[in-house]
Amino acid sequence: MSKKVDIVLNINGRDYAVRVEPRRTLVDAIRDECGQTGTHIGCEHGVCGACTVILDDRAVRSCLMFAVQAAGKRIRTVEGLADGETLHPLQRAFIEHHGLQCGFCTPGFLMLATNVLEQRPDIDDEELLDVLASNLCRCTGYQNIIKAVRAAAAEMRGK
Amino acid sequence: MKPPPFHYHDPRTLADAVELLSRLDNAKLLAGGQSLMPMLNMRFVLPDHVVDLNRVDGLSYIRESDGALAIGAMTRQRELEFSDLVRARLPLLHEAILQVGHRQTRNRGTIGGSLAHLDPAAELVSIAAAYDAVVTVTGPHGARDIAFAEFPAAYMTPAIEPHEILTAVRIPSWPQGHGHAFIEFSRRHGDFAIVSAAALLQADSAGRVARASLTLGGLGAAPVRMREVEHALIGEPPGDELFRNLCESCRSLEAVDDIHASAGYRQHLAAVLARRALVKAAERLAGGAAPRSVH
Repeated sequence: MSKKVDIVLNINGRDYAVRVEPRRTLVDAIRDECGQTGTHIGCEHGVCGACTVILDDRAVRSCLMFAVQAAGKRIRTVEGLADGETLHPLQRAFIEHHGLQCGFCTPGFLMLATNVLEQRPDIDDEELLDVLASNLCRCTGYQNIIKAVRAAAAEMRGK
Repeated sequence: MKPPPFHYHDPRTLADAVELLSRLDNAKLLAGGQSLMPMLNMRFVLPDHVVDLNRVDGLSYIRESDGALAIGAMTRQRELEFSDLVRARLPLLHEAILQVGHRQTRNRGTIGGSLAHLDPAAELVSIAAAYDAVVTVTGPHGARDIAFAEFPAAYMTPAIEPHEILTAVRIPSWPQGHGHAFIEFSRRHGDFAIVSAAALLQADSAGRVARASLTLGGLGAAPVRMREVEHALIGEPPGDELFRNLCESCRSLEAVDDIHASAGYRQHLAAVLARRALVKAAERLAGGAAPRSVH
């Protein structure tokens, strides 16, 4: 009953022509149809934030959208952060401040933080904590993630 | 954890959406998807048809008219959060929206979706009750208005006919200088409230309460307006003792008992949060004698 439809997903500037059922979530299409497995699937009901991607300049949970809804929009995933071999300041800061251990939640945190720092480079600490509270990490205890994002924010402002 | 199969419809106009809804059986409207998508992923709902409102024109706006803000149903919670008009005219809504989910969910979630979903603990549902909002729904026979007091029909069930679409909400603003406060208790920031309290106060030239609105959310199937407390406040100078005494009545409200909290605990929270909300709202009254804050 759920007929497949042809859509084009634009991920990190590249078009992917895919055929999906309308019930296909965006995160499943990004990973399985487009092969971009940097975006992780955690809870699949919008609680953990592991699947966070940036859709037309807004961080969203890609398990809470259908792929067909993202057709014609710009999608950014963790694969698009680094510039060739040069890591994004946030990626570097996560390494330097031990902002990850198992790494499962990291793509979601990186895309959330990227979106926030791009939109509000001078975000204050209280608001930053509020934003970062939306994603779950079961390894780090969050303090190192917060340190990493603060450090990257300072570096990005200095540019 | 994958959504069940369904036929997907992607109308561009409200007329087309209404037409689809009037001829399809077992159809679900998809707004921001921040509640419906988890319910689909967990297969709590099994619709034959999903009608997506995201590409329908003209359902996203915030406009001021006749002392109220008219807000389109598909206005994202994020637009409300960053709207100067909302901050100026509906400060209670502004305060509450920061407690609605998280940045990512507010980027997608809509005001219409939240009101139609009608979760008893949802912040926007309480705010609509607090402001005496008016909801507009559109069906095959045109549009009609529903006062928010009449809107909840039962647990998570709005008084909307199956073929009607919630298209807008009209929220009257209170005069400049009024006091407002939204306080909630939840396990973690961003969670639904276990209990929430929303207060609006307006004072006369002598600093006495001229108008009051007190709403408790999370206790039962729908937010409760504490009409008796509101009436008892009229003509009184705002003060901690008064608020404390009046809010004791919140302990006798009917409350649900579930995994998150017992009924007795909710009733206790109701009295405490109602008092704190009134105290905070009174502190924010322009030129009013601010009572000392108690915690």
